[in-house]
Amino acid sequence: MSAVTSPLPASQAQGLPLWQVERQTRASRLAGLIAIALVVLAASMPFWADAAWMREFVEIGCYFIFAAMWNLLAGYGGMVSIGQQAFFGVGGYVMLALGNFVGVNPFVAVPLAAVAAGLLAWPLSRLAFRLQGGYFAIGTWVIAEVLRLTVANISAVGGGSGTSLTALAGIARSTREAVTFWMALAAVVAAIALVYGFLRSRQGLALMAIRDSEVASESQGIDVKRTKLWVYIVAAFGAGLAGALYFVGNLRISPDAAFSVNWTAFAIFMVVIGGIGTIEGPILGALIFWALNRWFSDYGTWYLIGLGTLAIFVTVFFKQGLWGYAQQRWGWSLFPTRRRLVLGAPPASPD
Amino acid sequence: MWSWIDTLVQGLLLGGLYGLFALGQALIFGVMRLTNTAHGDFIVLGAFMAFLVATGLGINPFVAGALLLPLAFGFGYALQRFPLNGTLGKDPLPSLVVTFGLAIVIQNALQQGFTADPRSIDSMGLNIQGVALTEQLSIGVLPLLIFVLALACTAGLQWMSQRTALGRAFRAVSDDREVAQLMGLRASHVYAMATGMAFVLIALAGTLQGMRTTVSPSDGPALLLFAFEAVIIGGMGSFWGTFAGALILGVTQSIGFRFNPGWGIWFGHLVFLAVLVWRPQGLFPKTKG
Amino acid sequence: MSTPLLQTHGLKSWYGDFQALYGIDFEVREGEMVAIIGANGAGKSTFLKTLTGLLKAPAESVRFEGRAIGGLPPGEIARAGIAMVPEGRRLFPSLTVEENLLMGANTRRHGPWSLERVFSLFPILKERRHHGGTELSGGQQQMVAIGRALMSNPRLLLCDELSLGLAPIVIREIYAALPRICAEGLTAVIVEQDVGMAQQASQRLYCFQEGRVSLSAASDAVTRDQISQAYFGL
Repeated sequence: MSAVTSPLPASQAQGLPLWQVERQTRASRLAGLIAIALVVLAASMPFWADAAWMREFVEIGCYFIFAAMWNLLAGYGGMVSIGQQAFFGVGGYVMLALGNFVGVNPFVAVPLAAVAAGLLAWPLSRLAFRLQGGYFAIGTWVIAEVLRLTVANISAVGGGSGTSLTALAGIARSTREAVTFWMALAAVVAAIALVYGFLRSRQGLALMAIRDSEVASESQGIDVKRTKLWVYIVAAFGAGLAGALYFVGNLRISPDAAFSVNWTAFAIFMVVIGGIGTIEGPILGALIFWALNRWFSDYGTWYLIGLGTLAIFVTVFFKQGLWGYAQQRWGWSLFPTRRRLVLGAPPASPD
Repeated sequence: MWSWIDTLVQGLLLGGLYGLFALGQALIFGVMRLTNTAHGDFIVLGAFMAFLVATGLGINPFVAGALLLPLAFGFGYALQRFPLNGTLGKDPLPSLVVTFGLAIVIQNALQQGFTADPRSIDSMGLNIQGVALTEQLSIGVLPLLIFVLALACTAGLQWMSQRTALGRAFRAVSDDREVAQLMGLRASHVYAMATGMAFVLIALAGTLQGMRTTVSPSDGPALLLFAFEAVIIGGMGSFWGTFAGALILGVTQSIGFRFNPGWGIWFGHLVFLAVLVWRPQGLFPKTKG
Repeated sequence: MSTPLLQTHGLKSWYGDFQALYGIDFEVREGEMVAIIGANGAGKSTFLKTLTGLLKAPAESVRFEGRAIGGLPPGEIARAGIAMVPEGRRLFPSLTVEENLLMGANTRRHGPWSLERVFSLFPILKERRHHGGTELSGGQQQMVAIGRALMSNPRLLLCDELSLGLAPIVIREIYAALPRICAEGLTAVIVEQDVGMAQQASQRLYCFQEGRVSLSAASDAVTRDQISQAYFGL
């Protein structure tokens, strides 16, 4: 093949670099500003909004955080788990135990419980990582079931029928609801920031390389096992955070509610519909889920049948979910993690 | 001492039923590496269908079950050929999500159609009849029948796998799908045959489960976990291994039940986890590569 | 001049976004043995994979027995009479030697090849018929792979890198069997890294270079220099 020669681009002639690595798109810069504005607006809600709206936000916020963590694990880490509810439940119960028995302020107990969940992930990974693919998924479910049955046998926390969070009894209702709301808001922002920050980092790049090809990444010097372990731990931490927060809002916990596989089912739904392996996907999925929940959940079993069918349909025909489809078709990206190679000096008007 | 032997025997008989649960899953996973998270729910669906056919047509439940088997084959074949085939591949997510979605749809559809109440299939008194083995030990006729059927199915599957052209096709396509296609095999047809056969086992298991005890629409996930644990404990690659794993699980649960009714299933989970830690390839593995 | 048994015209092929073949014109006539040589990555195996249907191609770009077969599923192409001995043997580990051979018969085609005939061609296999397919030595595995392809009674046999990973003496043994195999008019295309072997065994040869045909000539009429030039693209 003969070599191709071309004249130097004007930019290089001027002494500017021949290529640049760019990450932000115009849309994402705009989206960033809008997001900040929304968060500030939301933070003021306890002063003017109806308490019911705040409670709904807390609930959907927990669903979202759990889904975002599941997405990190499955969409980016390539580990599909049906057992993340194990950490959700652990988060809830540890928070309750710290609050009721150790006298820690439950709001302070929330991040502590999340840390506990993250710590538990380390020994549990020794079990779960023995399996691969579909069997890894079911194995994680078994682990969650073991936790559920174990907790159901501990009478100190109410055994099978559960117990209430008494540590918040002394606080005024409006204060409790406001603080819970703010914590939820902070947790949602932190979750998005955590995932986004992680994926933009070197570890994140390593993760995406592993997702594409484990063998190739290992040959490039990436410690696949350690990276996967870290993702598993981070995802567990996030799930624990969501769990602790949820039960601070709910005030009553039981093993069946805390360790229910439905949490994962809904997370899968949100992530698959929204778009797996994208940051925007779970956000979109959570919004759609919330809307469907609001309008149709009265239909009980029919509503669930509809959700299940929708998930099947989207998986078969829209594998990348709605946001993934938009990303591929129109190049939309609000939280860009891809680095693009741009030839010549950065263009004057991007995109 | 006799009560311990009784526990052991009950556990083995229970394991027989778990064997029927697990064989279908072992077959599908062995041939196409597909994890069907709706496996347990299909068993429950089978039980309800048998119930419907038996009470609706007013016939003997065994006849009802037998009628169900060819239908189950066709259903499994179609299910694989159409929705599930497209989900196969290196990424486990699509098949997981699709089967998970199916699980939710089945559970809720059953609840819609039959309410959440547990049902049971009238086994014409067989579930209370017993056979006395010795003075101190007697076993139920139905559990014994189930055990024998499970044994027969395991032997049948093993024979099919080693001695028939279809079994050869299953093993070849599982080893190397591409080269199997180069030999003239139609992979999608072979996969569908495997799923069809697995569904016959599912229908059989469901019918028997409904006779042995009550079933309710939400029972599916528990049955899936038992099937899965049996396969892992036994080790992949051989049907006898899966059967052995099922027996071990049954005995473990039986021992657990003996100490405390709430502990039976939990004990089984713990033994499963122990096998996972100390012998992750299972106790009797036979997979090559 | 009769129609070639197999003919490709401007055949292009892709692995995802990566183009591997840039327009291959190729033909083989009945009863011929044609060799394809070329460096690693030149596209030889890709070419065979496209012929057997493992890679997709436009229907008209491949014609077999006058019929357009591009894009057909591999099973159908096998049933039409094209058999492949894959690169690296690729026997089924879960099957015995005999079962591996029987797998070839899935095409249900009629012809001279049967289990007994393959055993008389390669007697060592009869001794080892109940061993696991992958328990044999490299050379014996190659015999099984060839036998497996023959069991489908093909009209065209494609051999991908028969000599790969085999000792020279074993390679000679395998190639010595080829004339016996093709004695009844079986047509063969052999992809071969060993240029000398390829020249010896075939009547015509093609050289591939970076996805294109760089040389097409009679095997005994081509010089070392010509081959080097075509091989390396000098």
